[in-house]
Amino acid sequence: MSKRRPYVRSMDGWWRKNPFFVEYMIHEGTALFVAAYAGVLLTGLYRLSQGEAAWNGWLAALKNPWYIAFHLAALLALTYHTYTWFKIMPRTMPPVVVGGERLPGWVITAGGLAAAAAACLGLLALVWGMAR
Amino acid sequence: MKAPLKRSNAPIFWALFGAGGMLSALIGPMLVFITGLALPLGLLLPADTMSYPKMLAFAQNFIGKGFIFAVIALFLWHAAHRIFHSLHDIGIHAGTGAKLLCYGSALLGTLIAAYALLAIGF
Repeated sequence: MSKRRPYVRSMDGWWRKNPFFVEYMIHEGTALFVAAYAGVLLTGLYRLSQGEAAWNGWLAALKNPWYIAFHLAALLALTYHTYTWFKIMPRTMPPVVVGGERLPGWVITAGGLAAAAAACLGLLALVWGMAR
Repeated sequence: MKAPLKRSNAPIFWALFGAGGMLSALIGPMLVFITGLALPLGLLLPADTMSYPKMLAFAQNFIGKGFIFAVIALFLWHAAHRIFHSLHDIGIHAGTGAKLLCYGSALLGTLIAAYALLAIGF
């Protein structure tokens, strides 16, 4: 073994030193809520396949204050995910050229956010219509 | 002579990440609001919106089945890919084990969803 012990600077908490990376870690962190929410839905689907009693048990569990608190946090996280997803989109998709000019980034972001708002309202209207 | 380049499997995971990211960005917030807040708290929507007969009928319908499967599977693959690629940022070496764990749990969730949807019948 070499006796050399070079100094290696610690990388602990590197992202906390720069607001840009704090934001990056938060928007990457929304994935934890997406995963957890998918887990909640998967549990519900499995309960549905087990019959009426199991399904009603799952519905009752959702009324638990811990579940409500989780879903409040998940709502914030997913809304933030929506915002950052379309904020980054001008850089994650190929350039769009309209009439020889490159479409500015804010148009793509605004278009995406408008589409998300329409999709959310559409989903609510659809569920409303199917439930009535 | 170098062996021909192996085709990467990255585009598959990336496509699933992108599809799940797009679907969750479009309807994720409203879905969480409906299933996690509005119905348990009795806001806005009819109380029996997710009653057993209604949800069973929805899950037995082809479109309903497809919707449920797409939401659960794509959300899982999106999150798995994003978490896997963030491991390095929090100082965890993202090797084969981490890859198996991340994508493996998404695959497991996808299979359970498929099984449950088949068990519910048509």
